[in-house]
Amino acid sequence: MSDAKSALPGARYEGFVKLREMGLQGMITLRGDLASAKLAAAVQTATGTAVPGQRQIVTEGDRAAAWMSPDELLLLVPYAEVADIIAAIETALAGEHFLAVNVSDARAMFRLEGALCRDAMAKLSPVDFSEAAFCPGDFRRSRMAQIAAAMWMPDGQSLQVICFRSVAQYAFDLLSAAAAPGSEPRLYG
Amino acid sequence: MSTRLAQGGRLLNKGRAMEFTFNGKRLRGFEGDTLASALLANDQMLIGRSFKYHRPRGIVASGGEEPNALVGLGTGNKFEPNQRATTTELFNGLSCTSQNHWPSLEFDIGAVNSKLGRFLPAGFYYKMFIHPRPLWKHVYEPFIRRSAGLGKAPTERDEDRYEHLYAFFDVVVIGGGVAGLQAARSAAEAGAKVLVMEQTAHWGGRAPVDGGTVNGQPVDNFVDETLAALRDMPNVTLRNRMMGAGVYDHGYVLGYERVTDHQPSAPGPRHRLWRIRAGQIITATGAIERPLSFAGNDIPGVMLASAVRDYAVNYGVSAGDRTVVVTNNDDAYLTAITLKKLGLDVPAIIDARSAGGGALADEARGLGIRVETGKGVAKVKGGKRVTGVSLCNQAGEGAEIEEIACDAVAMSGGWSPVVHLWSHCGGKLVWDTAQAHFRPDVDNAPTGAKGEAFVIAAGTANGELSLAGALADGHEAGREAARRLGLKASASDAPKGDSPAEAAIEPVWMMPQGAPIKLRMKSWLDYQNDVKVSDVQLAAREGFESVEHAKRYTTLGMATDQGKLSNINGLAILSDALNQPIPQTGTTTFRPPYTPISLSAIAGEARDELFQPIRRTPIQGWHDDNGAVYEPVGQWRRPYCFTRSGEDNHAAVSREIRQTRARLGLLDASTLGKIIVKGPDAGKFLDMLYTNMMSTLKPGKCRYGLMCNENGFLMDDGVVARIDEDTFLCHTTTGGAESIHGHMEDWLQCEWWDWKVYTANVTEQYAQIAVVGPEARNVLAELTEEDISAETLPFMGWSDITLDGIPARAYRISFSGELSYEIAVAAGHGRALWDRLMEVGAKHDVMPYGTEGLHVMRAEKGFIMIGDETDGTVIPQDLNMQWAISKKKEDYLGKRAQERSHMADPTRWKLVGLETLDGSVLPDGAYATEEGVNENGQRKVQGRVTSTYYSPTLDRGIAMGLLRHGPDRMGEVIDFPKVDGTVVQARVVDPVFYDKDGEKQNV
Amino acid sequence: MLILDCPCCGVSGEETEFHAGGEAHLKRFGPGSSDAEFHDYLFTKENPKGVHLERWRHANGCGKWFLAARDTMTLEVYGTYSAQTTEPPQDIKDKISAKRPGWSWREFS
Repeated sequence: MSDAKSALPGARYEGFVKLREMGLQGMITLRGDLASAKLAAAVQTATGTAVPGQRQIVTEGDRAAAWMSPDELLLLVPYAEVADIIAAIETALAGEHFLAVNVSDARAMFRLEGALCRDAMAKLSPVDFSEAAFCPGDFRRSRMAQIAAAMWMPDGQSLQVICFRSVAQYAFDLLSAAAAPGSEPRLYG
Repeated sequence: MSTRLAQGGRLLNKGRAMEFTFNGKRLRGFEGDTLASALLANDQMLIGRSFKYHRPRGIVASGGEEPNALVGLGTGNKFEPNQRATTTELFNGLSCTSQNHWPSLEFDIGAVNSKLGRFLPAGFYYKMFIHPRPLWKHVYEPFIRRSAGLGKAPTERDEDRYEHLYAFFDVVVIGGGVAGLQAARSAAEAGAKVLVMEQTAHWGGRAPVDGGTVNGQPVDNFVDETLAALRDMPNVTLRNRMMGAGVYDHGYVLGYERVTDHQPSAPGPRHRLWRIRAGQIITATGAIERPLSFAGNDIPGVMLASAVRDYAVNYGVSAGDRTVVVTNNDDAYLTAITLKKLGLDVPAIIDARSAGGGALADEARGLGIRVETGKGVAKVKGGKRVTGVSLCNQAGEGAEIEEIACDAVAMSGGWSPVVHLWSHCGGKLVWDTAQAHFRPDVDNAPTGAKGEAFVIAAGTANGELSLAGALADGHEAGREAARRLGLKASASDAPKGDSPAEAAIEPVWMMPQGAPIKLRMKSWLDYQNDVKVSDVQLAAREGFESVEHAKRYTTLGMATDQGKLSNINGLAILSDALNQPIPQTGTTTFRPPYTPISLSAIAGEARDELFQPIRRTPIQGWHDDNGAVYEPVGQWRRPYCFTRSGEDNHAAVSREIRQTRARLGLLDASTLGKIIVKGPDAGKFLDMLYTNMMSTLKPGKCRYGLMCNENGFLMDDGVVARIDEDTFLCHTTTGGAESIHGHMEDWLQCEWWDWKVYTANVTEQYAQIAVVGPEARNVLAELTEEDISAETLPFMGWSDITLDGIPARAYRISFSGELSYEIAVAAGHGRALWDRLMEVGAKHDVMPYGTEGLHVMRAEKGFIMIGDETDGTVIPQDLNMQWAISKKKEDYLGKRAQERSHMADPTRWKLVGLETLDGSVLPDGAYATEEGVNENGQRKVQGRVTSTYYSPTLDRGIAMGLLRHGPDRMGEVIDFPKVDGTVVQARVVDPVFYDKDGEKQNV
Repeated sequence: MLILDCPCCGVSGEETEFHAGGEAHLKRFGPGSSDAEFHDYLFTKENPKGVHLERWRHANGCGKWFLAARDTMTLEVYGTYSAQTTEPPQDIKDKISAKRPGWSWREFS
């Protein structure tokens, strides 16, 4: 069997921030009662984190859990472990009403790195990226130009974006254009 | 002549000269010049010709309100028409051309229109369209087409980049004059996050030109100090070269930043459109001086008094050697005083007020300037340039008292606050009789999401015309904005402005007051659209009494300047003609943008490859490399067919179909929608969504289903696979994936919210490949050790298998009528599997096929296609699909609608197959006609073609269509007229053209 | 362009994040209903100048549907609330009453 490929393996761009496609990332959509103790335990086992609060992402090492909606989380785990983790969740939540499904291949993930990463994203999403409104730990779903996107800041100097796989090229081109040298809007930095 | 003075020019860097060209003529200016000031410095007063009469026109104003000085800027892919010279910053190498003339600016043949002026009055076009028709077509239209239109459209693509920027502020101050800066300061001192935008390159507005003091210091000092203070505040963002283009609902503001217009070779976008949300907006947009309506007020050399002053003070440019000032207020005296102090000649100040002016008038007299009160200008003398004015009594009919020689006229009819941004989102206005202008009605501001007032006008934009008043008002506006945001207002004192007291303005809407028609026909209101006092009066006489009607009839205020100079004068003339007070006439509607913004800025990044998202499947790279001819399917681009060299699409499609039916075809079906539906109530839910019974489907099996909306109409179809007791996977059409998922969530969230069902759209998780044809099983067998025999994996079954080590799910379903497997693998493995299938398939003569092959093969089998056989008015019963409608279910979406009388009508058109008698292909969408005509005199129809193709399998045209009583009319021959008038005859047949018993797919 | 507060995820977002979905509080009529009931369910919709109750989906966001009480004339949003309810909550009705005394919308007032 050949290795699985991410949407744009190795794609990179260097403008006033650095952009790269993040490669294969395990992602699990988990829908269920976010208040249930069983679900919390399953999340803890899968990601090592608690269930995130509204519009939050909690990270633990190479894993994270992000709040997508009142009954949906996105679990970020190593790509190779997805099937096992889903199996574990299914065991843990047996008898509960829930849905755990692998969406790793349905998505593409990008990272913007640099002090001005907020400035680049502010060109594309109708979101207040000021430090007072958006900082590490926040998780925001919105649109990026004409496509749906979810974004968060792993740290104060970088921004990560998830979009659908089919529009990965569009997303990469958008982010590249937004990061073009000389186009710094200097809104946030 | 206009020229550069030895002194003056507070905005210039005289150490840096700049070269530019106007109509190919090489000219020089300085850094800091606008194109207008640089042209004036080179005695280029004549800039263009007017729109209708091709009259010579020169610069009138010094800012964005300029109606005349429009040029074609740049060349090649940088060319842009209708650029205002007054707002174009000069840069080295700028090249521009004048507009609206033929053959040359100096000699223009269209100027003959001016002589025909009395034949081209208001409403000329409307009247001429009526009759005589032949004259219009052959005489007037060609003539008018030649003369109409401003500038020329660019012919080359715009290579510059543009972008949007989303920004959020507590307070957005529009206008960086003294009131705006002070407002920003007091708002920021209260802790608000503030953006200040200024449309020009300079801060301070026109206060530094007008003089006076702030806290005892020159205005420039105040501006510098305030700017320094604002720059030091971390909660303040300052942007110049950024115009407030529009104010919209809920605090939305568009800021138009011209990032590199003034330095075209710099990197970065040319324009940036700021899409801002503001808690409070302060419009400190200043005021615009009004022209006076006297005959010849459009002759080059007649300018706004404030503009003459601006050019002298800011750019060290004199509009003329001898400038007559005409006014109805004190402000214009400043111009006379300024010019006189610069050593220029001011032959006279003509003041329409019989009582004359105040302190400034005394100062002017003290400088030895002749002041005539109660007088007016009967007419301006000159053609391409002012040579003098004819002095008359303002109260009379224009009898000349004296001709005063001059080469420039500085006029002032008073000041109108720039209320545009206040008004964009519903702010109301009041008429200020004392100051003779409309100003914001502070009690009727635009209201936002919570019903709160969210715009505050400040300074001269709020009718506070004095320096002291504007500063105090700006200060208070900032405090009020802070209060509205729940902050504690700044405790600082307002700076104290001081300027000479002014005597009251006296409104003058026509000069002289009793001007006869001959003069009124030469008194311009709207320079750019050539609308005169006489036109507005004519409109009123002809019954266009509403200001909106009069505007459209005369075109007053409809040019690119949107009547910034003309509107108030025009509605005053209209009010006078209607004998009603000005507030009763009202204003026309102020609409964004404030001045034109580039279309590219509006488009932002959305151009070329970013015009819209193009969705790509994991296998698309192969298609790109192998001759795919794409067709758009939603935002996807799917291969229509794969052409080989020397082959057209038709040949390729036929080849792909023959090969698939004979041996083996591959289709990239990744775009098909895939939605997981899971939960204890999933079966019940799908029973409501589909017309068939899905809850009885056994795990491991597939069932084709139809989905209708509540109106009963077919909206989607696809194969549902039951994964386990709780879980279904629903395939949708390519275009339906997102909308059907949304439809499911809608019903689950808004109607059946107590049902235990979760859905997930996993369309893009999987690459899906249809392996189709007699060799399908054989090729798969080479890649797996699992049993995929007909017994283990029968038709309409599915099974998880491993193909070449890749976990896969094989659905044994067929949309072609052949033995067929749809193989789903994780998208990341899609390309690898495709490549392996091509490799292993080689000895089975594998051939990829595209969507056209798919369509033809499904039509050969009589399978319907959503969007072809359905169009939003078709129900399953129309397609004879009663077999897919459960009779056992009490309810499903659309069931009740399908019981409505019209839906149950036996005369509804129903699906049939159609075979042309001559074997040709029926035109798509062709109507089946019948005898007679309907009540509209149109030919009666009894059906139409829904799908039509050349079938390579049958070597003839095949079609499906909807026909009244269709299924009862097998064998009947129907007429289908073609667009060319000929008729194709087709026989009604069974829509299944190929393998009627379905033996091939079921092996 | 409106700003709406999504009650499901708490985002205060601009209109481009949302998708309008027509009138709120529709009562579904299915098989067994009269022609008149079914006709009204499908086609008879409110079109008020003033207070309106409507459906919105946070399409570019949490994906959830919610309901909004909005003024079609002033565009004021009196409040947004859960889609899993058959009538507007009292606090939103009170807010509307404070601004538009005597308002009514279908059976609500």
